[in-house]
Amino acid sequence: MKTKLATLALGALMAAGPALADLVIPSLSYRTGPYAAGGIPFADGYADYFTLLNERDGGIGDVPVNLIECETGYNTEKGVECYESTKGEGALIYQPLSTGITYQLIPKVTADDIPLHTMGYGRTSARNGKVFSHVFNYPANYWDGASGAVNYLLDENGGDLNGKKIALVYHNSAYGKEPIRTLEELSKKHGFELSLLPVDHPGQEQKSQWLQIRREKPDYVLMWGWGVMNQVAIQEAANIRFPMENFIGVWWSGAQHDVLPAGDKANGYKAVTFHAVGDDFPVFEDIKTHVVDTGKAAGAGDQIGTVLYNRGLYSAMLAAEAIKDAQAANGTGDITPGMLRDAMEQLNISEERMAALGMPNFGPTFQVSCDNHGGPGLVGVSQWDAGTKTWNLISDFKPTDGEVIGALVEEDSSAYAAENNVEPRCN
Amino acid sequence: MFYREAGDFKTSYTADSQTFPIKFDRYRYYVVLAVAFGIIPFIINDYWANALLLPFLIYAIAAIGLNILVGYCGQVSLGTGGFMAVGAYACYKLMTAFPDVSMFIHVLLAGGITAIVGVLFGLPSLRIKGFYLAVATLAAQFFLVWLFNRVPWFYNYSASGQINAPERDVFGIIITGPNAPAWATYLFCLIFVTFCAIIARNLTRGTTGRTWMAIRDMDIAAEIIGVNPLKAKLTAFAVSSFFVGIAGALFFAVYLGAVEVGEVFGIQKSFLVLFMVIIGGLGSIFGSFAGAAFLVLLPVVLKVVGVDVLGWPTDIVAHLNLVIVGALIIMFLILEPHGLAQLWRVAKEKLRLWPFPH
Repeated sequence: MKTKLATLALGALMAAGPALADLVIPSLSYRTGPYAAGGIPFADGYADYFTLLNERDGGIGDVPVNLIECETGYNTEKGVECYESTKGEGALIYQPLSTGITYQLIPKVTADDIPLHTMGYGRTSARNGKVFSHVFNYPANYWDGASGAVNYLLDENGGDLNGKKIALVYHNSAYGKEPIRTLEELSKKHGFELSLLPVDHPGQEQKSQWLQIRREKPDYVLMWGWGVMNQVAIQEAANIRFPMENFIGVWWSGAQHDVLPAGDKANGYKAVTFHAVGDDFPVFEDIKTHVVDTGKAAGAGDQIGTVLYNRGLYSAMLAAEAIKDAQAANGTGDITPGMLRDAMEQLNISEERMAALGMPNFGPTFQVSCDNHGGPGLVGVSQWDAGTKTWNLISDFKPTDGEVIGALVEEDSSAYAAENNVEPRCN
Repeated sequence: MFYREAGDFKTSYTADSQTFPIKFDRYRYYVVLAVAFGIIPFIINDYWANALLLPFLIYAIAAIGLNILVGYCGQVSLGTGGFMAVGAYACYKLMTAFPDVSMFIHVLLAGGITAIVGVLFGLPSLRIKGFYLAVATLAAQFFLVWLFNRVPWFYNYSASGQINAPERDVFGIIITGPNAPAWATYLFCLIFVTFCAIIARNLTRGTTGRTWMAIRDMDIAAEIIGVNPLKAKLTAFAVSSFFVGIAGALFFAVYLGAVEVGEVFGIQKSFLVLFMVIIGGLGSIFGSFAGAAFLVLLPVVLKVVGVDVLGWPTDIVAHLNLVIVGALIIMFLILEPHGLAQLWRVAKEKLRLWPFPH
């Protein structure tokens, strides 16, 4: 009873909080738990970009951004709690950085008319804007990642993967299972043999999977891992002396903290990516002067320029640009989530636009449309150099197998539409 | 003063053996019911429903279920998460196979299916006891989670292996899916909680409950005086799993809406419900509610105090949360091993004597 009363009192306090005219952006982050290694840099980059906008430009279109951070611990129940508590504050857009939470939020945001941007994660078939009106996953999705990795291997092998063996080491969850369907289609198309090796949450126990790899000797290993699972997998691969250049991770398995624990043995490990790596961009100077030097950097401030920090930055930039568009289209600074959704559906990221933001060539140029919420799906490959401790792009951003992915997206989204009685839009 | 049986005369056996023999207790119970059914539905919003009340109510059902098995029958179980998963997947299969049937029936059937599965996994309890039984139920936990991950039929062959609750209604009121109003989901769960609590309370007061307790206190002695251990243990497993299955079905369909078995119904869930039962009080229906409230509300309260009121960084608060909950669990186990229910009982004893304690 006492705890109930206390929450009641606190709830009343919260409800009576300030209702200012600012742009409320929730950051469902996770700085604790087995996935914190990936969650921290992303959350830092996300927060730092909005801090930069507030400090340098006084917000977006002169309206300050109010970033509300809420710790989910990569846990869906806490994710729901975070969603409900931030929704009441007038949240404009959600980017939960968790496929599990994304699945939870897809129906909820659609009912509440709030856009959900799942950049490079979430439900892949959400790319079909005809069915998923409020979900966006530009500029690339898991199936692009899978196809990008296979395309890269095709290039390596002169266009022929016949008879090759490819193993997929994946996190045994919705996230890790996403690419399987595409890889199965691609294995039929290109004639390679696919074997599946699930790793259970949180992923510290992988001895048996790597023993199996050692026994079956696949030519290539793909990995869909996250959090602590990545470091363990790379260490295990080093232990069985699997050639690192034949080991390719998805973009969530290719950050500094994933490869550093294995030291020099991780040299040559590859990961696909959909945005640039490194801190050689003008925007980082602004971050240094306006955010780091003023002591306003999020977290410990030691993640700047890492792969996932850049991704957080990129994700925040895409949200900010869509907000700018929404403000311009509606002639008001104080926009609603519905206006932002409309703007996201027409978002056009051009080379000039990225250059003007101090992020030239940071990601692909793309144009979102009503029926395509997924962008172009251009995927590049980066490789880890343990000597200089840097990730380098070794393959340019290239298109993926649109034919296979398009058919799968159509199939999965129409199944969703049938199950939930969704009327197709955009006609 | 108010809280005593003196002057509260009963004129029939029924009145004498009712659940709350003391008048004050009875009225308090009616007031709680009146507030829960008559007032909260009108003032509830999405945040209160989804962040606090739904998890509290659903965990309370699960805790009642586990309490019957562990607290009343003395059979330690670590398979709660797995049994909740059975309820959730049974409910999902029923919801998608028979879209026109009322959600009430689906949830009850899901509970029934879980009861059958529970009895199957309860069979070893006839031969093994104590820690060994805990290990056997642990096997059930891992086997069930593995099964729901492995066999695509259970998740209707979806690409991600997730199950999503489609929109379903009861008498035309939407109960599941994103468009369900907060009051409807709350009332739906509340009805199940009330129903389960009343059934559990009456079962434990009657013959069935007494045979369970006899088995718990000393199974050999119970067998000698004529208690059938097969019947007692298997009914405990069946009833317990029935409640746990209902909790799992509600957890998936009404509360979360989308579930991934490994994450939501993993071993952590089994431990969480077991902690609720231990902190709340073994062998007490009130304890199940108290334990559920404690473990559901405390993290939220700490978060609200730490982040929203004091403005601390979210990660510090999340870590502090673990420290505080952990410390409280240890404190409870040392200072009051019989849980919150015992605190409540002691408080009631004191109230009876107040203001003239001897």
